[in-house]
Order: sequence, then structure tokens, then C-alpha cells
Amino acid sequence: MKIGVPREIHAGEQRVATTPEVASQLIKMGFSVAVENDAGAAASFSNDAYKEAGCELIATATDLWAQSDLILKVRAPEGGEEALLRSDQTLICFLAPGQNADLLKQLTESGGTAMSMDSVPRISRAQKMDALSSMANIAGYRAIVEAAQHFGRFFTGQITAAGKIPPAKVLVIGAGVAGLSAIGAAKSMGAIVRAFDTRPEVKEQVESMDAEFLMLDFDDEDGTGEGGYAKLMSDEFIAAEMALFAEQAKDVDIIITTALIPGRPAPRLILAEHVGLMRDGSVIVDLAAETGGNCELTEPGEVVVRDGVSIIGYTDLPSRLAAQSSQLYATNLRHLLTELSPEKDGNIVVNMEDEVIRGATVCTGGETTWPPPAPKLSAAPPKAAEPEPLPVVEAKKPSVVGPIIMVAVAALALLGLGAVAPKDFMAHFTVFVLACFVGYMVIWNVSPALHTPLMSVTNAISSIIVIGALLQISSGDTVIMWIAAATVLVTSINIAGGFAVTRRMLEMFRK
Amino acid sequence: MISAGIVTVSYIAATVLFILALGGLSNQETARRGNWYGIAGMTIALLATVFGVVTEHYELLIGALLIGGTIGIILARRVQMTQMPELVAILHSLVGLAAVAVGFASFMDPTKHFVGIDLTIHDIETYLGILIGAVTFSGSIIAFGKLSGRIGGKPLTLPGRHLFNLGLLIAAIWFGREFVLQSAAGGGLEPLLVMTVIALLFGIHMVMAIGGADMPVVVSMLNSYSGWAAAATGFMLSNDLLIVTGALVGSSGAILSYIMCRAMNRKFLAVIAGGFGTGGGTVAASTGEDQGEVVAIDAHEAAALLADAKEVMIIPGYGMAVAQAQHTVHEITRVLRDRKINVRFGIHPVAGRMPGHMNVLLAEARVPYDIVFEMDEINDDFPDVDVSVVIGANDIVNPSAQTDPDSPIAGMPVLECWKGKTTIVLKRSMATGYAGVQNPLFFKENSRMLFGDAKETLDEVLKAL
Repeated sequence: MKIGVPREIHAGEQRVATTPEVASQLIKMGFSVAVENDAGAAASFSNDAYKEAGCELIATATDLWAQSDLILKVRAPEGGEEALLRSDQTLICFLAPGQNADLLKQLTESGGTAMSMDSVPRISRAQKMDALSSMANIAGYRAIVEAAQHFGRFFTGQITAAGKIPPAKVLVIGAGVAGLSAIGAAKSMGAIVRAFDTRPEVKEQVESMDAEFLMLDFDDEDGTGEGGYAKLMSDEFIAAEMALFAEQAKDVDIIITTALIPGRPAPRLILAEHVGLMRDGSVIVDLAAETGGNCELTEPGEVVVRDGVSIIGYTDLPSRLAAQSSQLYATNLRHLLTELSPEKDGNIVVNMEDEVIRGATVCTGGETTWPPPAPKLSAAPPKAAEPEPLPVVEAKKPSVVGPIIMVAVAALALLGLGAVAPKDFMAHFTVFVLACFVGYMVIWNVSPALHTPLMSVTNAISSIIVIGALLQISSGDTVIMWIAAATVLVTSINIAGGFAVTRRMLEMFRK
Repeated sequence: MISAGIVTVSYIAATVLFILALGGLSNQETARRGNWYGIAGMTIALLATVFGVVTEHYELLIGALLIGGTIGIILARRVQMTQMPELVAILHSLVGLAAVAVGFASFMDPTKHFVGIDLTIHDIETYLGILIGAVTFSGSIIAFGKLSGRIGGKPLTLPGRHLFNLGLLIAAIWFGREFVLQSAAGGGLEPLLVMTVIALLFGIHMVMAIGGADMPVVVSMLNSYSGWAAAATGFMLSNDLLIVTGALVGSSGAILSYIMCRAMNRKFLAVIAGGFGTGGGTVAASTGEDQGEVVAIDAHEAAALLADAKEVMIIPGYGMAVAQAQHTVHEITRVLRDRKINVRFGIHPVAGRMPGHMNVLLAEARVPYDIVFEMDEINDDFPDVDVSVVIGANDIVNPSAQTDPDSPIAGMPVLECWKGKTTIVLKRSMATGYAGVQNPLFFKENSRMLFGDAKETLDEVLKAL
């Protein structure tokens, strides 16, 4: 089967659907690969590199489409490309079928098969094909790079001969793949990073990146929606959220927003008044610019300065890191092709029984197959390489009744004792109870490393019982005398042994 | 001969020194001083008693002290650090024995004359002292047997063992009543002897029913008992020094037991009732699932993993003690630290067979104590750890304690090594741990199994490094 990789014609798009390295792997899988002239030029992959990897170079897109059985692209077809799909051909690229109904209709009518990389279900098995995550990762990183570009100060704090430089404070809204990637990048540049998300389960992930997780006190509201995305929140929640952002806006230098709700316009999180609260020279990077923006003042595709704050609304952040994103995207595609070609014979089989392939296929044989049935299960954290966080079993709270009964019984017993016991006994008893408390106070904070020495020393001390034997040894009764002597012998083993072995152990503890 | 007042003052000094000793032992820096306080307190108490109270039989007294002391010091010198739990257990039994002996001697003492309520109270004190002493004695002997491998570590679960214990308790109370009644009439030896036998039986049965991994609780519990025995003897002899010291030791042992139980998320009574890990249903349920495959590696691969790491966490368990691998572990630690790899040790509170067992072994191997951490100190650091090395530990690193509410160890705090990048598990075979629970850790993608005797395998790893 021949794979064709055309040059992307979308304005400003620099990515390419395969790299020379991935192409050579595809050739090993039995495919032949054809690349349009200069397809990889914008991502710094030269024609020669493709040729070396074993690819055929074809001069025009029309020829390439005509000769190939399988077309790999990044962007959805446009400007006449959509008309090129044949009924025996398969197209794989980002299609966004939910937003592009006309395109989907046209592709369906062609009779060919189209698969959309953004429709790959987000289940554990399909993570290696999850191009959205790959791109989001890059977008998050690039967002920090763009922010640094427009921010007039260091990220890291320093104390220099010329004065003290405070570290930059970064707020990341939405701790998905892009958000976590942005946190990592900002953190490694030395900034103080905070993150906010409506889904409490990401707290651990945020904290694992060494960032501070900002939480709202809404116990019963969990923003976790289907497929690892967030869902819409209630009005009170949004009001509290706005208050939090207003407070943070006064403090932070850089805000990265990554909040997306699938199939809906991006939520408005940063209002014009929040921007007004920020210091001059601050930066907002809006990763949701393409779907309307999380910030009210975002201009999609532009950088604007409002109230002294630079608002970056680039919609092509992955494309701005073209070599990296091409490589990850090409690898995602290769993994999908591996799934599509179970025989490894260079032919693909669109097996609609397979959950992943079924999900990705938007049309085939003249029929629209989008949207797919709901996925069976979803890996909650889209970021983690393995579906990891599991609920911690909470310890049962001890009941209050037990201790109260215990205390009551003890109190009654003591009262009973006090009523009958002679004065002499009560004096000893006082000493006894006080000693118990002293023991409790002294031992409570003992370091666990010293438990064994502590035990051997208390053991030695408990041989104080030798005093009892000493009191008896002077007895006139021979039996008692000998019993006492034996007791002295036994306890003195304990005294000497206990202290000596403790000493030996303590000698070993050293820094 | 010194006056009674001076004896009392000496006793007060001894008490204060004992409290200082226990206080000193709670911290590494002051621990050695604490031990000296203890020695000083004991010396003062002994001297005051010998010169203030004893009137005759000095030759016997000095002889017994010298012989006993010599035996004790020889024992302390000879013992291997891995045998520490056995030594502590056998020393406990001596205190129990002493309490029984002092109790009988006091009962037979013809010079004591009590009447009325005083006699009853004195009798109850004697009875309790002997009872606790006998339980401590036989229990410690069995604990010694189990710890030294002379008796199998499996819990002995007789049918109706709780009823049996209850029966023994009721019998002990009934004979106590008999004893007090007969003693008032001048007799009482028979009930006292019968009770001693019952108490000995109870001690044996109690410890026999407790499995190997609950030994930290048992050892500290016996420690506590030896203290209570001393306190009861103190009441019997109206001696405040004994009461105070016994209470100190008793409460410290009780707190240690409590700490151990909390570390296993178990109730004290449940541990003492014994028979853990034998309840069939839940165990089968949690092992029945499809666990996946384990990835085995050899010593060279393990060494390569360690050499490439920046953060290494070593988690020792009883297996390290059994294989006596602590010196090799230290050698590996030294090599890795020389290569600027940050090596730390994570110690679970119930790792081993005695509270603080692992710390003692690592200290013996001269591992610096400032890289040895408790579970609570390092559990949050695992996400940054490149390689965790689990040496002969199982239940303390079992993720199902957190994830499987049906697991017998559910809710027990565990070391979360699976959150690190890679975990190397040293194990002799795929057998389950003491709790009889399969460990999902072994089947995790980032776990590597290194099968074989801990010492031999680690020697190979060291060579490969």
C-alpha cells in the first residue's frame, strides 16, 4: 500500500504528517511512502532526508493524491483538497467532525474512508495514538516560551550584585495535558507556579509537578466530565471562581489558560476587569483562543496589548514547534497504522469491531459513522502514562461511645477502690498513676529508629524488681533466702545484659 | 548501714534518673546519655538497698550479682544484631520469672503480719504480681522460641481459642477469690500454685496464636507486662521505687504496642486474639483476579538501573534480616553515594520482628542514621524516586492496602514505592507475604523482580556496580 504525505497548504501551518525517521519505520512495516516536494521544509525536514529514508518524492499534490492509497495529513483538507479523496482511498488527519459538518458530508459522499485523529477515544490502550495529548503537551510548553518572549523579566529569582530579582509568578488554569506541560516548563525556568482546575482529582498531579494547587471550597461539586475533560459548573461555583481569579490577577505575572469543554465554546474565565487588575507588563497566553478564548479580550491568532497586558491568542502553538510536533504526530499516526495493519503486511483493514478504530473512523463506504458510540471506559487523567490514581481507602473513624464507656468503667472502679482501700494503699496508687502519665509523656515522641534500644533499656530498668529480692534475701527462712538469691542472679543477668546491649546498639547509631 | 531516710532519697534520685533515661532514649543525640542515666539510677538503687536494707547473707548477694552480671555482659557481647529480638524476649522472661519468685517468697515470708482489708489488698497484689509475672515469663519464652525459629512462626489457632482464653481468665479470677479466702485462714498455697500454672498456660497459648509478623507488637507488649509485673510487686512490698519504675516501663511498652498496632491499622485486641491471615474468603477474593505478568531481571540489569538513577530508595524488610544482607546493602549504598546518587532508606514501622528492628540492623552495618527515614517522612517523596529497592518486604509495600477495601490489610499505611519510576523487588519466590495476600506491586509495569537470596543477589549487584 502506498502512503502519500502532502505538503500542508493551510496558511502558517509548518507541521508535516510524517518525518524521515517515522517514514523509514513505516517502510519496514511493508508500506511504501511518497512525500510531496518540500512537504517537510517548514519543519526542517529536507527532501534529501526523506529520500535517504526511502521515500519517493512527488512534485505536485494532485499527482500524490492520485497515486496514493492512504493519505496522511495534519490539517483537515481545504482549498480543493477535499475533492481529491477517492472511494478506494483512506485519509487520516485532524478533521474535527463536530465543527466541520459540511466537510464531513463531502468526504462521506466521496465514498472513501476518513479517520480523524481527534476522534481517537481517550482510553488507556489508545494513549499512544492520542495526537490531541501530544499536541496539547507541545502547546503547553510553547505557551510558556511565548509568555517568556513577551514578559520583560526573568522567570527565576536571583540575588545579584545589582540587586534582588523576584521570581515570576505563573497561574495555570486547567491542569490537563497542556496545563501540566506548561506547569513543568514554567517550573523548570524557575517561576513560582500555581494551578487551578475544577477537577479535584488532578490536585495530586499538580502537586507532583511541584506546583501549588488552588482549590475552591466546594465539597460536593466535582468538575470531572467524560473522557478526562471538565464539565460545565454551577453559577455559584463560577462566582467563587471569578473571585479567586480576581484575587490571583493582582498577584501573578503570567496567566496561562487551557480550559476547554468539548463541543462548546471555551468558558470565559478571565474578564476585562481581571486584565485591568494585572500589573503592566504581565502576559496572558490563551490556549483556548481557537474556540473563542478563556479571556474576554483574546483576539484569536493575534497578540494584543490591553491595559498594559500582552494577551497572546495564537491558535497554532504546536505548529510553532514544528519539528517536535511533526515527530510526535507522525509517531501517533504510526501507532494507529500498526493497529490498522494487524498482519504487518503493508495493508490496512478498517476493523469496525475495534473500539479505537471505530472511534476514529468518521466516514466509510459512503456512510457517516460519526459520532461513535460512547467509549466503554475512560482513563481519568489524560496526562498520566498509566491510569494510576486509585481511591485511597479511608480509615474508619473510631466510635466515640467506646472510649466514653471505658472512661466511665475506669472512673467507677477507681471510686470503688477509693471507698474501701486504706490510706497507705492510696498513697502508692497516686504514685503509680502519676508514673504511668510520666511514662506516657516521655515515650510518646520517641523516634521509631530507637524503639529497639528503648525496649532493651526499659527491660533493664524493669529489673528494678531485684529490690524486692534484696528485701527478702536477709530473711531467716532458708527457702526464702535461696529463692531471693536465685532472683537476684536472674535479674542481674537482665540488668547487665540490658544495659550492655543497649550501649552496644547505641554505639552503632552514627551519622 | 545507712538510714531509712537516705535510702528513700536515693530511691527518689533513682526514679528521676530512670525518667531521664527514658526521655534521653527518645532522640538519637541524647540516647547514649540516656543509657548512662539508666545505669546510674540502677547503681544508686542497688547500693542504697544493699547498704540500707540488707542485713545478712551478703556473700550470697554479692555472688549472685557477680555471676548474673557476668552472664549478662557475655550475652550482650556475643549476641548478633539479627538476634536482637530473641535476646530482648528472653530477657523479658527473666523479669517475669523474678516477679513470680518475689511473689512466692513474699507470700511465704513468716514475718509479714497483715490483718483485715490490708491483708486482702496485700493478697490481691501478690496474686496479681505472680499472675502477670507468670504470663510474661511463659509468653516471652514462646516469643523467644518463635523469633529464634525453634518454634514455627505460624499462628496456632486452636478451635474455640477465644473461649479457652475466657475460661482461663474466669478460672484465674475464681482461684484469686479462693486464695484470698484461704489466705485469711492461714493457707492459700494451692490456689496460688494452680493460678500460676493457669497463667503460664495462658502466656504460652497467647503467644502461640500470634503470627510472625505481629511479633513487634508481642515483644513490646511483653515489655509492657514486665513493667506491670514490677509495679504489682512494688505494691505488694509497699515500695514506691518499684511502683514508679514498673509503671514507667509498663506505660512505655503499652505505647510502643499501640504505635505498632496503628502502623498496621489493626486493633490491639485483634492482634492479641491472634490467628491473623487465616480467614479464607477475603484472601481468595483478592488473589483470584487476573494479575498480569511479572518482569524478572538479573543482577546486572539491577545494577545498571541503580547506576543510572539519581534518587534511590531502599526499603528493607524481614527478608534482609533473615539473609543478613545489611552489610552488603551498606556497601551498595556507599558505592552509589560515592557516585553522587542520593540513597535513602524508607523504614516501615512494623518492618522486621521487633519495633525498630531495621534501624538496628542498618546501624550495625554502619549506615548513617541521617539517611534512614520513617515512612511518614518519605512517603510523599516517591514520585521523585528513580529506583526503589524492596529487600525481602511484602505486605508493607502492598498497594492493595489502599485500593482493595476487601483486602485483609486494607487501610494499613504502606510505603508507596509504586509511585516511583522503577521498583526492584528482591524476593526468594512468588510466594505471598505473611498476611497471605497477593501483592499487585509485583505486577505493575514499573516493577522488576530480582529472584534469589537477598544476600547472594545483592553481592552480585555490588560486583556489577
